[in-house]
Amino acid sequence: MRRRRIFGYGAGGLGALALALFLGWWQVDGPGAPQPVGPRPMALEAMDFRLTDHEGRPVGQETLIGRPSMVFFGFTHCPDVCPTTLSEITGWLEALGADAERLNVAFITVDPARDTAAAMAEYVGYFHPAIRGWTGPEEQIARAAEGFRVTYERVPTEGGDYTMNHTASVFLFDTAGRFVSTIDYHEPRDFAVPKIRRAMNEETEGAT
Amino acid sequence: MRRNSVTALTVSTVLVGGANAGLAGSEDVTVDGAWSRASIGTSPPGVAYMTIRNTGDDPVTLTGIRTEIAMMPEVHRSSTNDQGLSSMAPAGEIMIAPGGSVALEPGGLHVMLMKLQTPMTEGESFPLTLVFSDGGEVTVEIPIRGMAARGPDG
Repeated sequence: MRRRRIFGYGAGGLGALALALFLGWWQVDGPGAPQPVGPRPMALEAMDFRLTDHEGRPVGQETLIGRPSMVFFGFTHCPDVCPTTLSEITGWLEALGADAERLNVAFITVDPARDTAAAMAEYVGYFHPAIRGWTGPEEQIARAAEGFRVTYERVPTEGGDYTMNHTASVFLFDTAGRFVSTIDYHEPRDFAVPKIRRAMNEETEGAT
Repeated sequence: MRRNSVTALTVSTVLVGGANAGLAGSEDVTVDGAWSRASIGTSPPGVAYMTIRNTGDDPVTLTGIRTEIAMMPEVHRSSTNDQGLSSMAPAGEIMIAPGGSVALEPGGLHVMLMKLQTPMTEGESFPLTLVFSDGGEVTVEIPIRGMAARGPDG
């Protein structure tokens, strides 16, 4: 009897050790490991920027609080990465079906010199209707980028034109405006859509 | 008899090879899955994607692009670093190994069509010529898909 109990404790101890090892692996090397992407964006509440959406409405960080949000940066004179990102996001939103209506989706330009509200309106019109195009004065774009920890720079091209290098990740926030996760450029839909659903579910958990 | 016909086949292959002696490889290039995206006017650069295959025994090198739709067509490469920063730069010459292929696809290598001469309209198409180091050229008709297209089928 006694012997059996000792054995039982031993098995329990081994189980706990295995669990601890597993948890350690999960958080350091496994799927729970922090993603090697850039610094995390601030909470939306801690940001402070004033922009205009593609229909001329004033928007800011507060526009994104109260519903889960998906935010990304780009510019309309971008031939490859930006239309690819926008069409991928369109695919994710289609996969969400009616749930996409519960999501804020903001595409913020890093090239306000060329991306007027009218230019943004024409551009986002080709993609999912939930996607809003945001632009504004250079210094407000810079403040927004700082809050999201996004970097961008103007790069001259041959022939007097220019292009923009920019952070192409998609950021997810919960209803309260807390950063949840990043969807990296070219992440498959099978990974992206569950991440969006998770950010949306944190809304439900927060509300109850 | 059977042996003779095999010999005859070999001879004719050599003769065909001899006739194309001026080129070294580009006659064996094929292109598939070509597509491009519609543009808003002519101010933003356009893009074109395709897979270029070298079915021959010699390496081929893509040295340039020519098309009436853009004054400055060039192969560029988009890349995204581990910080999520995305950038784009001219890719230079592109070597395709014998039996190999190079995919120009979203988020990687692509033809950037700078200084568009006409807007790219969905449903239309335009000719684009690939120029190789042996002097050979391959012209492909590129269909224009919608702005939100994800591949050659839209």
